Amino acid sequence: MHSLGIDVLLKGTNMLRLLKGLWVSVEISLISVVISIVLGLVVGALMTSKNKLLKAFLRLYLETVRIMPQMVLLFIVYFGSTRVFGLNITAELSAIIVFVFWGTAEMGDLVRGSIKSIPKIQYDSAYALGMGKFQVYYYIIFPQTIRRLLPLSINLVTRMIKTTSLVMMIGIVEVLKVAQQIIEANRRSSPNAAFGVFAVVFLLYFIVCWPITRLATSLEKRWE
Amino acid sequence: MKKNLIGRIAGVLAGTAVIAASITGCGSSADGETANAATVTAQGTEAASTAAETESSEATASDSSKVYRTLDEIKESGTINIGVFSDKSPFGYVDENGNYAGYDVYFAERIGKDLGVDINYVSTEAANRIEYLQTGKVDIILANFTVTDERAQEVDFALPYMNVALGVISPADKVIKNLEDVSADDQIIVISGTTAETYLEKNYPDIKLQKYDAYAEAKTALENGNAAGWANDNTEVIAFSIENEGFTVGIPSLGDADTIAPAVTKGNESLLNWLNDEIKTLGEEKFFHADYEETLLDTYGADYEDTLVVEGGKVE
Repeated sequence: MHSLGIDVLLKGTNMLRLLKGLWVSVEISLISVVISIVLGLVVGALMTSKNKLLKAFLRLYLETVRIMPQMVLLFIVYFGSTRVFGLNITAELSAIIVFVFWGTAEMGDLVRGSIKSIPKIQYDSAYALGMGKFQVYYYIIFPQTIRRLLPLSINLVTRMIKTTSLVMMIGIVEVLKVAQQIIEANRRSSPNAAFGVFAVVFLLYFIVCWPITRLATSLEKRWE
Repeated sequence: MKKNLIGRIAGVLAGTAVIAASITGCGSSADGETANAATVTAQGTEAASTAAETESSEATASDSSKVYRTLDEIKESGTINIGVFSDKSPFGYVDENGNYAGYDVYFAERIGKDLGVDINYVSTEAANRIEYLQTGKVDIILANFTVTDERAQEVDFALPYMNVALGVISPADKVIKNLEDVSADDQIIVISGTTAETYLEKNYPDIKLQKYDAYAEAKTALENGNAAGWANDNTEVIAFSIENEGFTVGIPSLGDADTIAPAVTKGNESLLNWLNDEIKTLGEEKFFHADYEETLLDTYGADYEDTLVVEGGKVE
C-alpha cells in the first residue's frame, strides 16, 4: 500500500507554506466579500429603480460581469491597466478589484431579486399605516429582504473564496498554487503526493467555508 | 429624508459608474489618449518647425510607452524581477523550505550575483509569460521558455542555455532506435496536444498512434505493454527511463531541435546584450554543466548532460 503522500507536508516548512497560502486566499476573498456586500446592497436597491437609463446601465454591468470569465477580468485589470494606462496595480489589489467588480454585480442581482420577492401588500399595508417611503424600506422591506438574501449570498461568498484559486494566473501564490508546488517538488520521491496534498487542501477550504454556512444557518434560525 | 437617501445613492452610483467605465472602456480610447498627451507635451516644449515637432512628438511617444527597465535602471533599483516557474521540477520549483530552486533558478541566482542586485522571483504560468514581459512586470523570464518564431515576434530571446527535442522510449528488450523500424502492427503512445503528436502525424503518417490525455495514463499504457513505444519531450522520456527500469530511450533526440533561452521585453537591448555577454562568459567556466550537475543530474543522469546543456549560447 502506497502512502497517501500526506507526509510530504511534514517536510521542512511545507505545512506552514500551505497555511500561509490559505491566508492569502482568505484575505483576498474576505476583503472582496465585505466590499461586495456593501456595494451590492446599494446596487441592488438601484436595480429596482424605475429610472430606465439607470436600469439599462446596471443591466449592462451585470451582463458584462456574467459573460466575462473572471480570468479575463484578472488579465484586463492586472496586465491591461499597465499596457493601456501605464498604471502598475499590485497583483493583490487587481484581484480585489476584480472580485469586487464581480461580487457587487452578483450580489446586486441577488438583492434585486430579494426586494422584488416582497409581496406588494407589504408596501401597501405600510403606506396605509402612514409610513413614509424611507420608513417603509427601512422598517418593513429591508429586514425581510436581508433574511431572504442570506442563503443566497452565502452561496456567492463561498463561491468567491473558491474562485480565488484563479489569482495564481497573476502571480499570487495562494493555497492551491502552494499545493501544486509541493506536489511537483516531490514528484520523484512521492509520486502519489497529489492525492494527499489535495485532500488537505480540500479540508482547508472546508474549514474556511463551513463556519460561514454555520453562521448563516444559525442566523436564519434566530430570525425565524 | 427621502431626498437625502436618493442623493447618497446617486453619489455612490456615480462612483461605481466611473470605475465601470474605466474598466470597460479602456480598450478603445486609450491609444488616442496617449497620442494626444504626447502631442501636447511636444507642443509645450518645442514650438519650432513642423518637422521638428513631429520628430519630438514621436520621441515623446516612444519614451512614454517604454515599459521595460534598462540595465542601469535595474542596477540602480537594486532588485531584478525574474519570472520563473514555481511548480516545474527540476527546472523551476520551490523546495520544502520555501526557496526557489532548479536549473532555471540556478542561472537566475548567478544573474543576480553578477549584476549585484537582489532577486525578486515572480511565479509565472506557461500562459502568462509573454504578458509579464510585455507589461514590464518582470525584467527577465527564465521559465523553461522554448524559442519559437511566433514568440520571437513578441519578446526578445537571448542566447540559449538548453536543448529540447522529442524522444522515444521503448521496452529494453525491444528498443526502437529508428522510427522507420516501427512495423505496421505496432503503435506509438503520444499525449494529445503535445508537439510529439503533431510531429508524428505530420512526418510519419503511417505510424499508428495511441493517444492519451494525461501523463499518468500514457505511463500506465507503456508499462502494461499496450504499445511499442512512447514519444514525448525528450526530458520527459529520459526522466521516465531513469525512474523505471526495463525501459530505454532508443531515440533521445528527434525532429526539430528547439532551444530554451532567457527572454526580455522586446526592445530592451541593454539587458539583452548584457545577458548574451553573460551567457558567453559563463560558457568559459562551463557554468551550465555545473548547473546541470547541481540540479538535473538526479533526474536525467550523466549520460544526457551534453544532449541537454547548451554552453556559451552555441548550439552544436
